[in-house]
Amino acid sequence: MKKNKQKFFSRPESMYDRLTHYCPGCGHGIIHRLICEAVDELKIREKVIAIAPVGCAVLAYDYWDFDCIEAAHGRALAVATGIKRVRPENIVFTYQGDGDLAAIGTAETIHTANRGENLTVIFVNNAVYGMTGGQMAPTTLLGQKTATTPRGRDNKNEGFPLKISEMLAILDGVKYVERVSVSSPQEIIKAKKAVKQAFQNQVDGLGFSLVEVLSSCPTYWGMKPKQAMDWIKEVMAKRFPLGRLK
Amino acid sequence: MSKEAKKFLITGNEAIAEAAIQAGCRFYAGYPITPQNEVPTYMSRRMPEVGGVFIQAESELAAINMVFGASAAGTRAMTSSSSPGISLKQEGISYLAGCQLPAVIVNIMRGGPGLGNIAPAQSDYFQATKGGGHGDYRCIVLAPSTVQEAVDLTALAFDLADKYRNPVIVLGDGMLGQMMEPVEKFKMPALPAGRQNLKCKTDKKLWELSGAKNRKPRIIRSLFLGEGVLENWNKALQNKYRKIESEEKRYEGFHLDDSKIILVAYGTMARVAKEAMREARSHGIKVGLIRPISLWPFPAEPFLKLSGKIKRFLVVEMSAGQMIEDVRLAVEGRAKVDFYGRTGGSIPSKEEILRQITLINK
Repeated sequence: MKKNKQKFFSRPESMYDRLTHYCPGCGHGIIHRLICEAVDELKIREKVIAIAPVGCAVLAYDYWDFDCIEAAHGRALAVATGIKRVRPENIVFTYQGDGDLAAIGTAETIHTANRGENLTVIFVNNAVYGMTGGQMAPTTLLGQKTATTPRGRDNKNEGFPLKISEMLAILDGVKYVERVSVSSPQEIIKAKKAVKQAFQNQVDGLGFSLVEVLSSCPTYWGMKPKQAMDWIKEVMAKRFPLGRLK
Repeated sequence: MSKEAKKFLITGNEAIAEAAIQAGCRFYAGYPITPQNEVPTYMSRRMPEVGGVFIQAESELAAINMVFGASAAGTRAMTSSSSPGISLKQEGISYLAGCQLPAVIVNIMRGGPGLGNIAPAQSDYFQATKGGGHGDYRCIVLAPSTVQEAVDLTALAFDLADKYRNPVIVLGDGMLGQMMEPVEKFKMPALPAGRQNLKCKTDKKLWELSGAKNRKPRIIRSLFLGEGVLENWNKALQNKYRKIESEEKRYEGFHLDDSKIILVAYGTMARVAKEAMREARSHGIKVGLIRPISLWPFPAEPFLKLSGKIKRFLVVEMSAGQMIEDVRLAVEGRAKVDFYGRTGGSIPSKEEILRQITLINK
């Protein structure tokens, strides 16, 4: 075997070497990793305080080697505001799902953004409530079948998929909004860049930064992992266009 | 001796706010609601002067959760509201209790249910003392009856919150919050402004979140999925509550040695009850008063002790009868307990209480 092999890929230091509880093909593991890579590269691990959401990712602290706190469903950004105002020298971020950020926590999301709090938000949009059994999320696509839209989401009854990132982008208090996805290695590289940018902005004191990540839930989409990734690309990203919104 | 006045006039709401600042509170988040608006108004002016944080939150939910975050970050933190707003805060209070985070919550009660009115009431006793939100938990509840006592109990509330890592409720009413009374000049020196004051220096908080530098990561949580883990966590909470019950009961007693009728009242109501007691005694009727100061833990001992000896307890409340249930539990069926109360912002008058006393005394 050749010596002095160059190492191209390894587990981020701030991520524990541990199997996750996520389903096969779930995007959370990838996104957790991207956060840890950004944290390592920016050398901010010792300053980070993470807010774990209610949802599948509530146990994120089982995988992250930095300070963490749970927030009540939807209240992550209020909790983050309290922490950051007390400890402006720390790097505070929330990790929130679509139900958390765009349904039960909509008020907290909009007002924290509007105050221009110097925070980083990683918003995971997988178009369903995963932990509770695949119910309709605010971001569920029209026609998409879920546990609570058995005939598919119909805007006459359930309204339209909520484009909250677009809504946030028009607020004066918001510095940075980008929508990315984890549907392919190329997209993951772009997602990583955006996540790192959102943390860099906080380090630089620039204000509210949010990255929406289109992610997969093969279990409640009723798809195989590969199919799910293709669905993000071919269906979901059409309704939620990728790219920088602000 | 200085010619400077030793006392000054201040409203209950403003006195609570200043007392919090003097006690080291450096984070306040609140939302406007009558009759407690003087608290956030005062805080908005005062917090920046002492290097603290004031946030007018977008909702009561956001306010209590901001306090949750500030407390987790190690600062003495407070929010205030009035009855309908406190209902909204219950979720956050449950999380504070579940995560064992200290915080002070001020409830300047008004008439309910629903939107009710903005007049003084005591109808949130159940909510404050029995938990309020979901889950088996308790908040320490302190009930001042004068503006001076509001000052003293607010300071005590912060100490107890830190000591037990538990939310503490200061339970007043619209009368106490709005009226001006003389209070002693605050004894603590004026604190210099600056970032250093944000952290509470009174207690080393080995659980606070500050970034995992030269230590293992800390996790603040109330979710425990493993078999038996939550039960053990709850047992630890219950043990803490038993300790609080054995050490933090507070009450004031008047004429407990020779009375046949003992009035029971707290907060604003106790002031009226005290007047009724005085007048009754001037007519030769032996009336005493127990004024619970801590509503949870409830000071049960004097009730049981007096049960065999007196004719009747008369509980007087600005509610349809809530504290009376704790009095009945305390006497363990060994004494008769009567009730007189009014709701919706009406306060039982001295004359009304005297009439009840006369009826019992017949």
